[in-house]
Amino acid sequence: MTNELSDATKTEDLLKINLITSTTEKEVQDDVVATETDEHLEYDPAVDKILDGFKCFKTNYFNTHPELFNELALGQNPKFLVFACSDSRVSPSHVLHFQPGDAFLVRNIANLVPKFDQIRYSGTGATLEYAVEELGVENILVMGHSGCGGIKRLMSYPEDGSAPLMFIDDWVEMGLPVKTKVIAEQGNTDFLEQCESCAKGCINMSLDNLLTYPFVQKAYSEKKLALTGGYYDFFNGRFELWEFGTNIIITTP
Amino acid sequence: MTSQLSDVTNYIQDLQKKLVSEKEDLEDVAATKLQNLAVEFNELNWAGPMVPTGPITLPFDPVKRLIDGFKHFKTSYFDTHPALFDELALGQSPKFMVFSCSDSRVCPSHVLHFQPGEVFMVRNIANMVPAFDQLKHSGVGATLEYAVKELGVANILVMGHSNCGGIKRLMSYPEDGSVAFDFIDEWVKMGLPAKTKVITEEAAGSADFHEKCERCARESVNLSLANLLTYPFVQKAHLEKQLALRGGYYDFVNGIFELWELQSHISNPITVQT
Repeated sequence: MTNELSDATKTEDLLKINLITSTTEKEVQDDVVATETDEHLEYDPAVDKILDGFKCFKTNYFNTHPELFNELALGQNPKFLVFACSDSRVSPSHVLHFQPGDAFLVRNIANLVPKFDQIRYSGTGATLEYAVEELGVENILVMGHSGCGGIKRLMSYPEDGSAPLMFIDDWVEMGLPVKTKVIAEQGNTDFLEQCESCAKGCINMSLDNLLTYPFVQKAYSEKKLALTGGYYDFFNGRFELWEFGTNIIITTP
Repeated sequence: MTSQLSDVTNYIQDLQKKLVSEKEDLEDVAATKLQNLAVEFNELNWAGPMVPTGPITLPFDPVKRLIDGFKHFKTSYFDTHPALFDELALGQSPKFMVFSCSDSRVCPSHVLHFQPGEVFMVRNIANMVPAFDQLKHSGVGATLEYAVKELGVANILVMGHSNCGGIKRLMSYPEDGSVAFDFIDEWVKMGLPAKTKVITEEAAGSADFHEKCERCARESVNLSLANLLTYPFVQKAHLEKQLALRGGYYDFVNGIFELWELQSHISNPITVQT
């Protein structure tokens, strides 16, 4: 009787962790080693995708650049800290051809840098603190992009009458001053154009916000740290770059 | 003989005189050595302007680096895959969401060979996923909300790695007696349960600090997987088998990748009727 009662209270069974280990030794070997489990794993192409991806990296890059990876195993010394959107289309490793060891990366919705706030934004603060104080990066790039969903949400809500989102609206609201400015100055233009202006405005806002972090302000004023804005337009395959505080924009053809 | 070479020759002769004046019995030895030196200088052909023999190192130009990087991408990838980029211009539908450390050595675009459009990425210190908190962690919440509810990703991977600075800090502070950071310690402290687990379980063992850090990095991934389930929309999609949750670990010292899965299962209830 007591066993039945204790079974009756057990209606959830969480956290079965099954281990698949991939170790690549040679190109042609079947090198996926599955440990013994008591659970039969269903075939999932996503697993193959991940493991094949690693094998490709291991054979075509890791194994062919032993000096680089021996050096990186000892430590990292990136020259860049890059803020980029989480969007799957804008990885700086692709877009700016960064190689392992080149860039310390932060990726979030709409590549936003919030103001110094140890309670609300410890995540961003931690990445800045580590990059600037520990690694001594010399260049911070805030890279925005075309067709950004986060910027679009900022520009759409609440005017579109939709229900609030649990997190997204709180996060993008730091861009409200930019939205206000865009609507005031470009209220008559096409909505998508307004979004693009807003995206660029938010990059400049983020660059401003960087200086609210004392260690960033210090390094910047001592000319040990450059702040740069960038914009990747994947509709037209173009990239713009500008130095914080200047009006000079470098555009790739 | 150019003035440079004659200067050097004079210098060698003066040196010889000085050395010999101090140690007369070394005169022959000194003479031979200094003569060899003069021959070497001659052979370096100091008759002309001094030309450095090694590669010239120019100062690093970050602007040029970024522009060149984009041009490389544009010509080698963007322009050669018009169908892909036309499709991506209309929208994204990645199957994966990946949490990876901000560390410059572990980008999933390299390590897992992800291509544009394949993975919605979040990168932060020590690839951590905090528990649901609309005040303290709106950033991570926003990425999860967008990926799961708006994009409908089918897979989340939390990928840890070897030699993680954030994990090392978690394991070191405050026991190392250092001063607190403004942000880092507050951020990594969400990993304290992983640290406690490692320290408790390794207390009787012989693992060194580095090994404990590597263990903590893996436990922290598991902790993040558990934290994912504190987001209602994640839990719902996961229990409905629309969303797989996996942990990964990239060891860049040895070139090894590990992958595992968090599987949740709600059994059928047992009914007690009396």
